[in-house]
Amino acid sequence: MKLRRIAADLPIVSRQFTRNPIGLFFSLVFPIILIGLFGLIFQNTGNNSVNLPVLLLDHSNESSSFLDALNATGLVNVQIWNNVSASEFSSKLYAAEAPVGLVIPPGFGAGVAAHTSINVTLYTDPGNPAASGTVYAAVNSAVTQLNFRAAGAHPVIGVHALTVGSKSFAYIDYLIPGLIGFAILTSPMFSMVELVSTYRKDGFFRQLSLTPLTRAEWLSSRILWYIGLTLVSAALMLLVGIEGFGAKVNIPLAMLPFLFVGPFLFVSLGMLAGSVAKSPETAAVIGNVVTFPMMFLSGTFFPTSTFSPPLLAIAKVLPLYYVIDGLNSVMLFGNSTRALTDFGIVLVISVVIFLAAIVTFKWREE
Amino acid sequence: MPDAICVEGLAKRYGTLRAVDGVSFTVPEGRVFAFLGPNGAGKTTTVEILEGLRNRSAGSVQVLGLDPWKDGPELHEQIGVIPQEFRFFDKIHPREAVVYYARLFGSTVDPLAILRRVYLEKKADARFDTLSGGQKQKLGLALSLVNNPRVLFLDEPTTGLDPQARRGIWEVIRALRAEGRTVFLTTHYLEEASLLADQVAIIHRGQIISSGTPEQIIAAHGRPDRLRFEAGPEVARYLSGKLPFAVTNEPPYVDVELRRKQDALQVLTVLEASQLGWDHLSVARDTLEDVFVRLVGRMDDGVIKSEAS
Ligand SMILES: Nc1ncnc2c1ncn2[C@@H]1O[C@H](COP(=O)(O)OP(=O)(O)O)[C@@H](O)[C@H]1O
Ligand SMILES: [Mg+2]
Repeated sequence: MKLRRIAADLPIVSRQFTRNPIGLFFSLVFPIILIGLFGLIFQNTGNNSVNLPVLLLDHSNESSSFLDALNATGLVNVQIWNNVSASEFSSKLYAAEAPVGLVIPPGFGAGVAAHTSINVTLYTDPGNPAASGTVYAAVNSAVTQLNFRAAGAHPVIGVHALTVGSKSFAYIDYLIPGLIGFAILTSPMFSMVELVSTYRKDGFFRQLSLTPLTRAEWLSSRILWYIGLTLVSAALMLLVGIEGFGAKVNIPLAMLPFLFVGPFLFVSLGMLAGSVAKSPETAAVIGNVVTFPMMFLSGTFFPTSTFSPPLLAIAKVLPLYYVIDGLNSVMLFGNSTRALTDFGIVLVISVVIFLAAIVTFKWREE
Repeated sequence: MPDAICVEGLAKRYGTLRAVDGVSFTVPEGRVFAFLGPNGAGKTTTVEILEGLRNRSAGSVQVLGLDPWKDGPELHEQIGVIPQEFRFFDKIHPREAVVYYARLFGSTVDPLAILRRVYLEKKADARFDTLSGGQKQKLGLALSLVNNPRVLFLDEPTTGLDPQARRGIWEVIRALRAEGRTVFLTTHYLEEASLLADQVAIIHRGQIISSGTPEQIIAAHGRPDRLRFEAGPEVARYLSGKLPFAVTNEPPYVDVELRRKQDALQVLTVLEASQLGWDHLSVARDTLEDVFVRLVGRMDDGVIKSEAS
């Protein structure tokens, strides 16, 4: 391996890349579009609060402190509906596709003040158990609070609720490391598989074999290029995710090992997939078969914590899982032990695949 | 003069196909050697074995004293190659390509000077995919020169080019020879071989069917010189009755084969005495093409007509 020859090859790689708008689009723009798209789709579920239409038929201090208690749970987002009668409330809810609704009856405040029993009415949609459950919990908690207060008591046991991983994360927060992983996977894989198979068909490798450039040098310059590209695209994704969608992620230096080893792994894997295939057509098929499961099952779009055990078992076979898990560990959870394990696993896989690619990949034929 | 290339009993089999079947030849340093043959004759297979791109099935091969398959890296420092149908990366410019090769070889060259040598300096900054066929081949030549090679291998460097582009490449090849470089050239153009080569080997179905200088090949396999004039069949009949020479009549020509130059005098004397009409006197001499067509045609009728284009 000579650095001089890698340095000679790099400008060729970069020019071929920068003079190809499609490659640029898929490596730099496409991941941003995905962040935008998924960010917009899941923007409202980010804090998990459910919109709760409320028919307020009692205007008293008691009813407003009840609504305050509801809002304070953080689970619901109270929306007062005016100009709706009690009889048409249910059908209006249905028309507005609201899965839940709450009626605070007339005399609510007087009842609370007089300590007479009084009911609020909760409408729920059995077709949306998640929203119904959330709202039921919120209403129950507010009711309990008011009951305690009315009885002059205070709760003895409280619950301090936290999201797994000790901090509360929104979907967009998981999406950033996931999509960085997505870009680390797809941009080198797709282009390397295509490149290797067409270069061989067009005789470029035979031509290069007549120069002092070695296969390892050729592969190294591509790895370096994709590391650079990954750094740029990760920076862009962080910028858009944080500025555009309020993602709350850390940007620690501990991200870097993954941004280096990821492209190392997938440039090598793309080369391996492209080398074992006899034609560009079979290369594309092999490339897709290798890439697609990883694209969806490694925690790119959906956190792997939501996976069922069998699905998780599959995910853990895919190398990208460890890249994304590592990124999550350093960017979200600050769990460096786990990140170190992930990094070790990816590094070992990468070295094995790099060597396999070099051995499989022949410049010339017998 | 030492031999740049030395091939003895070279054979290459693809399964049961004997693509190269016991080929031997030597190329002295500083000469242009043309490997002439129709498509599928085994030219590319041979030249790629010499470059170390393919392994051989049998025989011995030495290029500059090295075994191309085993000593590839060492050999590649000293040779230049244009593969058949040379292509480069579509989006790269000739100047960038030359700089790239120069850096790989660790040689310091002026990219423009190299491009000027192959008459490509005007296209130094055009993308490869915008170049014409001839300009692409010229870039191939430029790249093969970057490491100042002692031996150049050019596999059909002018196939598919228009006549003017072809002449441009020929000019460069002549200049390379003048610089003392050895050139191994494959072609299926007879004109190219006879114009450029010091030595020619005609290969057909993996075997060399004739070799030597173009003149030697013509002398060995060509017909004798013929006295030719335009005349009718009665002249042909009259002459064959009066003369001890072979007379052929392919209208409008009558050809009389000469054993010696002096025989021409006898033919003209008899012709003059006949009082028959004739016109346009000339001497017809076999070209490499005639020999090639006859040699290859003798082995299998029709191959040349259908495959060579
Ligand atoms: N890699 C290969 N595998 C199988 N057959 C081949 C291969 N390369 C060439 N051939 C066959 O060997 C013969 C000689 O081919 P080639 O050397 O390319 O001829 P030329 O260059 O004179 O046109 C042809 O019949 C061709 O089909
Ligand atoms: Mg050929």
